[in-house]
Amino acid sequence: MQSLSKRAKVLEKKPMTLAERAYLPAIFQGLSITMRHFFMKKATIRYPEETRPFSPVFRGLHVLKRDEQGRERCTACGLCAVACPAEAITMVAGERKKGEQNLYREEKYAVSYEINMLRCIFCGLCEEACPKAAIYLQADKMAPPRYERDEFIYGKDRLVEPADPDKRSKRGIQLTPEQASSLKVQLQTA
Amino acid sequence: MALETLGWQGLVILVVFGLSLLIATYCTYAERVIAAFLQDRVGPDRAGPYGLAQPLADAVKMFTKEEFFPGGANKALFIFGPCLAMVTALMSSAVIPFGNFLKFGTTVVMLQGIEINVGMLYVFGVVALGVYGIMIGGWASNNKFSLLGAIRAASQNISYELAMGLALIAVLMMSGTLSLREITLQQSVPGEWHFWNIVKQPLGFIIFLVCAFAETNRTPFDLPECETELVGGYHTEYSSMKLGLYLFAEYINVFVASAVMSVLYFGGFNFPFQYELSEWLHTSRGMSVDAAQNIISILGAVGFFLKIFAFIFFFMWVRWTLPRFRYDQLMRLGWTILIPLAIFNILLTGGLIFTGVIPEVKQWWLASGMAVR
Repeated sequence: MQSLSKRAKVLEKKPMTLAERAYLPAIFQGLSITMRHFFMKKATIRYPEETRPFSPVFRGLHVLKRDEQGRERCTACGLCAVACPAEAITMVAGERKKGEQNLYREEKYAVSYEINMLRCIFCGLCEEACPKAAIYLQADKMAPPRYERDEFIYGKDRLVEPADPDKRSKRGIQLTPEQASSLKVQLQTA
Repeated sequence: MALETLGWQGLVILVVFGLSLLIATYCTYAERVIAAFLQDRVGPDRAGPYGLAQPLADAVKMFTKEEFFPGGANKALFIFGPCLAMVTALMSSAVIPFGNFLKFGTTVVMLQGIEINVGMLYVFGVVALGVYGIMIGGWASNNKFSLLGAIRAASQNISYELAMGLALIAVLMMSGTLSLREITLQQSVPGEWHFWNIVKQPLGFIIFLVCAFAETNRTPFDLPECETELVGGYHTEYSSMKLGLYLFAEYINVFVASAVMSVLYFGGFNFPFQYELSEWLHTSRGMSVDAAQNIISILGAVGFFLKIFAFIFFFMWVRWTLPRFRYDQLMRLGWTILIPLAIFNILLTGGLIFTGVIPEVKQWWLASGMAVR
């Protein structure tokens, strides 16, 4: 048969040499290889104590952002729910009352906002659709495994980031140092 | 033998018994960790610190599993098989000298279950009995795979015991005794050209080592339980702690084989510069002869266990490196290579003793067995 790649090697079956028949040289060669591996760095990552390093563009657990005054950015327009190919997002919109200006940035806000993490495919289209820079997929957090299905439906209690500037997510619009310090003062007085 | 001495020896036997079980228990853990390390993994590390409670968890699992009896099995023999394997494995460690002796006043405690002058024969006899445990278990299972595994175990053990015995004969020719304690003491005669038997018997050691692998049914000679061909070999039908006993017996056999090899070829409880150390303790530190001897004995026992652990590690290292032999390769290696080599080794040793290259043993030395003169 004609060789296509011209890299084929024709092997002849030769009788084994004395060293090959004695097994021992090959055995010591094998033992030295495994001993090298004994001292090598281990590939295991001891999850949950250790986690695999995340890529900076990793799309993990969602976060609902707050603005520089600690107000929720989301205005419940529903564009994320429309953009979602897995139909994982549901929300109920409500009108902001008087005296709630320090809670919600826009006049309309999400009374409830739920993402079903079992449906979500973490494509990030909600992030792209959002006109208010309110929803982001975090690069350093994943939706953890749970025992019950209903525990995978994340409400606002688990999605909205804390107002404290130090505990905020690293994704999305970040506060300047001045904004952060003034927000801290504002939170302490409140 | 005085009653008090008998009590002390009973204690030693209990300690040896407990130690064999403990070491076998942790061999299961060590096997998994070493296997993992050789494969770039970390092994069990969840149960307890560094996974050290893993053997306990395994034992709980083994005890709580269902006791299964296959249909048509001979129930009595089915239970008797693993018991026999376990009993013979535990019996063989009785004659191994784990250390020299401790002396408290007039009481002398040998760090050895029992000293008999046919120690090596006893070990051989008991280890050969161990294959009955496998044979009976495999036959009583009423399963073709089990029976095949059992037959393989029997023929393999018979073939390799021959080469093993012939390799041993060369050692016995030099030592002139079957007592393991005397063989140990001979490897450290003070003031003479002396060293461990490995220097005088390198070829014999390699033959003995290969045969030890076959005798303990460890890879590359684990054909009796060859998973790829025989499901589980002789313990295919076993479950619960009966399976546990078989696995345990294998590890105890590995421990005993390591101990025997340490005694025969690596000086047993002797360690380098023990006489210099005891002289120094006696003269410079002003210790009594007995106290110095006790310290040397304890250090020797520790050293002996280090040698055993090194051998156990080697057993595991080989297991996770080499693939299994084919059955005809196994038989060819045993009958056409190892046995002729062992016979050649006997002739060579005889010639060396005849020409005086290997010196005669000083019998005066054996009578006392003290590290301090």
